Amino acid sequence: MSAAIEPIVGRYLHLDYAGRHYRLYFEEAGEGIPLVCLHTAGADGRQYRGLMNSAAVTSRFRVIAFDMPWHGKSSPPAGWQDEEYRLTADDYTGLIMAVIEALGVDRPVVMGCSIGGRVVLHLALRHPRAFRALIGLESSAHVDPYYDTGWLHRADVHGGEVAAGAVSGLVAPQAPIADRWETLWHYMQSGPGVFKGDLYFYGVDGDVRGEIGRIDTAQCPLYLLTGEYDYSCTPEDTLAVARAVPGAQVTIMKELGHFPMSENPALFLSYLEPVLADIAARG
Amino acid sequence: MGGGSAVADLGGIEARLAALPEQVNGDAVLLRRGRYLNTICQLDFGGASVLLRILDGRIVDVQRNPSVMPSADFAIIGEPPIWRRFLAADPPPGDHDLFAFLKRRELRVVGDLHPLMSHLLYFKALFACLRDAAR
Repeated sequence: MSAAIEPIVGRYLHLDYAGRHYRLYFEEAGEGIPLVCLHTAGADGRQYRGLMNSAAVTSRFRVIAFDMPWHGKSSPPAGWQDEEYRLTADDYTGLIMAVIEALGVDRPVVMGCSIGGRVVLHLALRHPRAFRALIGLESSAHVDPYYDTGWLHRADVHGGEVAAGAVSGLVAPQAPIADRWETLWHYMQSGPGVFKGDLYFYGVDGDVRGEIGRIDTAQCPLYLLTGEYDYSCTPEDTLAVARAVPGAQVTIMKELGHFPMSENPALFLSYLEPVLADIAARG
Repeated sequence: MGGGSAVADLGGIEARLAALPEQVNGDAVLLRRGRYLNTICQLDFGGASVLLRILDGRIVDVQRNPSVMPSADFAIIGEPPIWRRFLAADPPPGDHDLFAFLKRRELRVVGDLHPLMSHLLYFKALFACLRDAAR
């Protein structure tokens, strides 16, 4: 037998926000510059375990990943059984700011993927001075619909199976098999309607076209990294953001898809390292 | 299979379709994934088409160029060059998944989509079989 314990520590945060009480799960590892990580729609903070187990990262950064309400080990608020979950831009940005304040984190770097990559654009617009830098993974200003999200939440279709099927093609073919299926497992474990509710932000309320030209990278550096196999947020979508935001720095990542940090952690880290080094050098 | 010859123009797809039942029916994982799947799926290649009859996850019939009134639960429709790209052995980024083609409106799905959406992982694995056969 062999055994090992990872350096990641998980705890629960009790937070009163917008008139409701939340019990939120977060994990962290490392010391140094705070790096808050935002998971994709219908998933949870486990996506960042590769990052939190990288000594090269945690020797310089305090990596924190929290599960959004309704996701992972974070509970939905009391009364959830009588409502339909639907994520809005105001709720999403407000909650991120509340969590950062509650954890006492000063001017963190925030890195988000997919809906998280979208919301960093909102954060750049609303709170540019609150962050040391922002990193958008699979970041676009909007997304064109390509399937009816109604299929994600109906009693006659297994929500976990259909969610995993819907996103399976967004994982690059080169992803290690175990990491591909771990990524899909996260989607299979999502609560009923949660993925669909997140996509309300991704497809409707979080559309930030026409506003991103106001992002000022002099106040807050913006890095964008997108996988070449991502057809949800395509490389062209990310390049369009970069064209609209002077100073944004873009990397198109080969052999990666929509979930770089979980589908192929080692390859992703090779792309992230120069970004983290740049941020660390800025002080 | 029987009928016309238009399907044969799709870069060897006819032979791959002929081999599909053996591939799928010999894959225990795929059969478990599709054990409650019973449907008729039409692949429409623009002038030629194929009906896949699936029973408890097994492909029990591949009917090439069915009658003038083919009856299927749902159909996936596209022009031959699109299918050729979609079913290429190692497609480039953007050509590697059904949903990518749906997003660009290059392939369409019509009919009762419940069998497809409730068994997305099954159908994606089925298409992967068609790609594997091209290698």
